Parts: sequence; C-alpha cells; structure tokens
Amino acid sequence: MPKWSMVIDLDKCVACQGCSIACRFENNTPVVGPEQAELGRAVLWNDVFPMPVNPTEETGEYPNVKSQYMTRPCMHCENAPCIKVCPVGATFINEEGIVEQNYARCIGCRFCTVGCPYGVRYFNWFEPQWETPLAEHLNPDRVEGKGVLEGPAVRPLGVVEKCTYCIHRLKKAHAQAEAEGRDFRADEYVPACVQTCTGKARFFGDLDDPNSTVSQLSMNPRSFRLLEDAGTHPKTVYLREG
Amino acid sequence: MLRVDSELKQKLIDPLFAPLDRNFILSAGVLLALIGWGALMYIRQVFLGLGVTGMGRPVYWSMYIVNFVFFIGISHAGTLISAILRVTGAEWRRPITRVAEAITVFALIVGSMQILIDMGRIDRLAFTVIFGRLQSPIIWDIISVTLYLLGSVTYLFLPLMPDLAIIRDNLPENVPEWRRKLYTILSLGWSGTKEQWVRLEKAIAFMAVFIIPVAVSVHSIISWILATTLQPGWHSTIFGPYFVAGAIFSGIGALFIAMTAVRKVFGLEKYIAQKQYRNLGLLFIAMNAIWFYFTFAENLGIATGQQIYEMPILAVKLWGEFAPTFWVMITCMAVAFYILVVPPMLKKQTEQRAFIFQPRFAIGSAIAVAVLAALLVAPNLVGAPVLAISGNAMVSTILWILLILIVFGFLLGVSQWLKANPVTSTVIASALVVIGMWLERWNIIIPTVTHPMLVPYATYTPSLTEISIMVASLAGLVLMFMIFFKLFPAISIWELAEGSVIEEAQKQVVIPEPEPSDTRRRWGLR
Repeated sequence: MPKWSMVIDLDKCVACQGCSIACRFENNTPVVGPEQAELGRAVLWNDVFPMPVNPTEETGEYPNVKSQYMTRPCMHCENAPCIKVCPVGATFINEEGIVEQNYARCIGCRFCTVGCPYGVRYFNWFEPQWETPLAEHLNPDRVEGKGVLEGPAVRPLGVVEKCTYCIHRLKKAHAQAEAEGRDFRADEYVPACVQTCTGKARFFGDLDDPNSTVSQLSMNPRSFRLLEDAGTHPKTVYLREG
Repeated sequence: MLRVDSELKQKLIDPLFAPLDRNFILSAGVLLALIGWGALMYIRQVFLGLGVTGMGRPVYWSMYIVNFVFFIGISHAGTLISAILRVTGAEWRRPITRVAEAITVFALIVGSMQILIDMGRIDRLAFTVIFGRLQSPIIWDIISVTLYLLGSVTYLFLPLMPDLAIIRDNLPENVPEWRRKLYTILSLGWSGTKEQWVRLEKAIAFMAVFIIPVAVSVHSIISWILATTLQPGWHSTIFGPYFVAGAIFSGIGALFIAMTAVRKVFGLEKYIAQKQYRNLGLLFIAMNAIWFYFTFAENLGIATGQQIYEMPILAVKLWGEFAPTFWVMITCMAVAFYILVVPPMLKKQTEQRAFIFQPRFAIGSAIAVAVLAALLVAPNLVGAPVLAISGNAMVSTILWILLILIVFGFLLGVSQWLKANPVTSTVIASALVVIGMWLERWNIIIPTVTHPMLVPYATYTPSLTEISIMVASLAGLVLMFMIFFKLFPAISIWELAEGSVIEEAQKQVVIPEPEPSDTRRRWGLR
C-alpha cells in the first residue's frame, strides 16, 4: 500500500498561486466574493501566503525584511489532531495515509477546524454558490458510496471540507488499473496542484518506497515540516529556501 | 392527610394559588417576546447557514461556545450547595437547596442548547449516538452532560416529592382540575409513612454523593474540549480544575441572585436570612481567592515562557485589543472580593467619618475611574490611543492596575452604605462575579481563536443573530425559573420543618461551662 506524500520545494516555488486555482477548479470549492472573504469565509484548500503569517519584531520592516512565500495544502498528518477530536468519525485517515472528509457524516461541530493547528480545514458557512459560467463547468467527478460523500462533490451547507490530495483521481487511477487487470503503480496519479505547478516545485509519490522522489527529497538536509515540534508528523514536506 | 404549619402554608403554599399578578404577566410577556425573537433568528440561521453569525476562519468557535461554557458553569450552583452541604450535614442549607437545584436544571437545559445552536448540521444530531467515537471529547461531553441533566432532575425531584404531597393534601377549594392532577400524579402516592421516609433519605443521600463527581466531570470535560487541542493558550493542564472552580464560583453568584429574588418576591426574609448570606458568602470569598490563584497560575507560565504562539495571546489580553474585557473581568472579581470582605469588618462610624469613608471621596474616585476607563478603552473604539504614551504596553498595564486601585477608592467611600445593606451588596457582588465569569469565558475562548498559529490574526464581532440568541437564552432561563416557582414551593417545606425540630432539640442540650484547671491557673489564665 503506498503512503502518499507531497514535497514542496520552496526554492522553486514562484508563488504564482496556480496550485490554488487548479485546486479550486478540480475540487469545486465555492466562490464567496470579497465581502465574505473579509469575514474569513474564503475557501482555499490550497493556500499561498507569506511566512511568518503574523509579522513579529524579528520579521523586520521594509526594506530590511525577512519573508518568504508559503504554499500550503493539507499536511495529511500521520498523527492528525483533527481525526482525534471528531465526534462521529467524519474525518479519518485511510490505509494509503490520506486524511479524508466525509461530507455525508459531518455534523458541523467544527471541533476539527479548531483542532487543526495548520488551519487547513474550511467550513461551509452558506450553501455553496457559483456564478453562471462557473456553475456550468463544475467538475463532475464524485466519490460517493453508502453514507459517504467525498472529494469534489458539491458540499452541502454546514459541513467541513478540506484538501484530499485529489482522492477522486486516486480512485480513478485504481479503477483503471483494475479494469486493465494489472497492478496499480504509484506514479499513475498526482493531485491537480502537482500537475499544474508552474515552477515544478511540487513532487508527489509514495513515501514508503525508499527509491521514490518524495522519499529521497524528504531525506534532503533542506527538508522540514510545518510545526514539526507539534508531533503531528505531516506527510506534506517542505524544502527550505536558499 | 399531611398537615403543614399554618405559617409555612401561608408563606409557601398560598402564593402558588394566588391569581397571576400584573408584574408576572408583564414580565412573562416580555421574556416570551425575547425568546420568540431569538427562536426566529435561530430558524433563520438553520436555513441560511452559520454564515449569519460573526464567525469565519479562523474564528470557528465564538459566542455560542462562550455561552455554553458560561451557562453550564452557572449550573454548578445546585450540586455544590445542595449535594456538598447535604453530605456534610450543614443545617443552614435547608432554605436554599430548592433554588439551587432549580438553577442547575434550568441552566443545564439552556447551556446544552447552546451547543446544539452552534452545530452546523442539527439534522445530524443522532449521528453522535449512531457513529459516536468515544475518543472524542465532544462525546465525553454529551455523556457527562446528559448524565448530569438526568441526575440533577432526579435530585431536584426527590426532595420535592413530600412537598408535592403536602400541597396535594392542602389544596384550596377553587383550584383548577389540572393542578390537582399535577400534584397528585407527581407526588407518586406519597403518604409519609416511615418506610417511605427511610427510602427517600437513602435515595437523596445516594444522589447527593453520586452527583458531585458527575458535576466535576462535566466542567472538566468542557475544559478538555479546549485543552485537548494544540491551540496556544488552551493546551494547558490547569484547565480542568480552573474551569470547575470557576463554574462553582459563578454558580454561587447565580444562586445569590436567584435566592434574593425568591426571598423578595415571596417575602421569605425569615427563612432565607443573614445566616445563609453569611455562610454562603464565606464560600464565595474562598472561591474568589481560588479563582485569582488559578488565573494567575494560568498566565504565569505563558508570561515567563514567552513562546512565539502563546505570548501574543497573553499580550492582547494584558495590553492589546482584549485588554478592556480582561481588566474589566479582573476589576469585577476584585470589587466582589472587596464588597464581601471589607465592609463587614469595618466599624460602624456614625459621626466623624474619616475622609476616605465619605461619599465625596467616592464621587471623586468615580470621576477619576470614568476618565481613566475612557482613556484606556478609547483605542478599541477609535482605533488609536488618545495619548501616545498609553499605547505603550507597560504604561497601559500600569494604568489598568491604577484604575482598579481608584475603584477601591470609590468602594471605600461607599463602604458604610455597603455595610448597612448586606443583602443588596451581596447581590451587587454576585452580579459582578457573574459578569466577570462570562468575560472570563470570552477571554479564554476568543483571543485563542483569533490568534492561531498559521492563519493571519482575525477579529471577531458577534452578529445580531448571536446577540439575539444569547438574550433569548437568558430570558429562557429566567422564564423557566419564574414558571417553576409559580407551580412549586420555593423552599423545601419538609426540610424546613425537619430543621426546626433539630434546632428545637439542640436548644434542650445544655453544655456545661469548662471547670478551671490547675494548668490554666498556673499560667495566669482564667
């Protein structure tokens, strides 16, 4: 069973936000408009923001400033704080190490959104809406089963959603391998953000395979994880700038 | 046929059958209107979504959770007073147990409603039972709050049973049929035989012991909902005991207010007397001191550690945007402490009052407080400090402490009045504590959610929906209280009668004077 992981090389990232846009169209995240965004209702499964997020005295002032751009999907923690607190098991880690979110189960208590130290989880404050041209071009892919609704399926009001490493792409790749009667290979699938990345800064693959690109890169001396000391063991790995 | 003392009947049973007076109807009408408005806003929220609140990312939890913690805290009045005092056999508890137990039940109902209101998908409530994960603190919370609610309803009902039988047997002539039925059914055929009394005492004794750990678990678990996350300011081991102590503290405050209201409305000055106020007041003072100790301990570690994610949260409380709520909370508690401790110790000064005890000193201090408070709150209103120097962290902290000292100056001036009106001053102190405890919940929850680790800092302003629902919740609590005491006696009749028998018996006991001993004489002691 592969253990999916993403490596983001901050040296190569140009902060173009292509990953955010690719994610938005792949996963049907709702559009909220500037007023709601001001209130913190914008949904960006894949966000791009300056680090440190909240400037301190150490950050300095223009022009003597230390700052970098950060691009952030879900960390898919091995020891995920969000899974531990969910009262109904609506969020869970699957056998391939992806932290999934079941929209048909979520009760909207938002304990996971408070529990996640990375702020990668989003809530549907209103019924999701798209303006006309967008509404006609939603991604039709769905991950659906008995009492299960995941992936890019349009979310109902009042549930939590998050990055799934494009779980529907994984399921499709698995289905294709099965249809062709062969074993699934770990290089058959990448999430939309990895596919689109302008600077080719994102790498995706199997962390359990010691020869995979992500395994090799995660051993790189430049590699680090966000809030490493929180003990969450993220599977999204960064390569330090410089 | 159970008989009742005619004075008790006149004070406690007759008002239940008096026709509704204008004040009752008027206040019930106003409360119902507030509840109706709140319900309307809630229905709107269900259909439109939680977007109608002031919440957003990262402020995923806000005023509903503040109110949840606050109301459940209030509900700790009943357990403490009733159960602990019953277990320890404190005689003075007798006239106030009923009020205390009623607060528990009603505050618990209103409190657990807050969490339902906060849910994004109320239609999926049953999932918590069907798919409940025992590892989640929310499921611990559901279990302990449900147990506490069932336990406290039982604990309210058990001592009520003999009273219901007394009412059933002493009904006035022209009582409506439904009320006759109500008391007959609820009294469960109580006839006051010895066997029934033995069973009742056993049941009450069991419930009193059982409910104490349940109550402690309830507020511990509420604190652990916060403390089990990694959020800065919440991830703390002190939260369990801190929340339990705070809950008992605010509970006593609510109890003082409720019992004074009952005493005033029904004219029960004879039963709810100085003794109750003094003894419960001592408990109140102790809880106040414990609260200060915990608050200091909670923040000391953060202040000395100065960790990058935790320190900003303490900083906004001490001199940032949350300074007004933080320092007003501290002021409320300090003033409550003063009101309860200092005036009773002062000598009654009739003619020559020292300058600091004169009303004009109070007026002067009040003006100084107003000016200083305006100066300190202004940055939050106009967006910038009025005086450049008050924007400095150290200066603004010192100014807040100075403000509290001047408030003490005001209190010195009104000390004689406070001493002359012990009941009113206790109610003032209680109101301050209840407000202070609400602010405490606010200061714990909101600064942390607005200052997360990897999301830009945010601000939070409650929306009209949230405020309406909070007002409706308070109104609901008061209305339930009013209706309950229109149907059931405000003081446990049989426990009062039992108490007077015990008191009578104690008067018969003669304690002999100690005989003078050689040792005492040798040391010159008489």
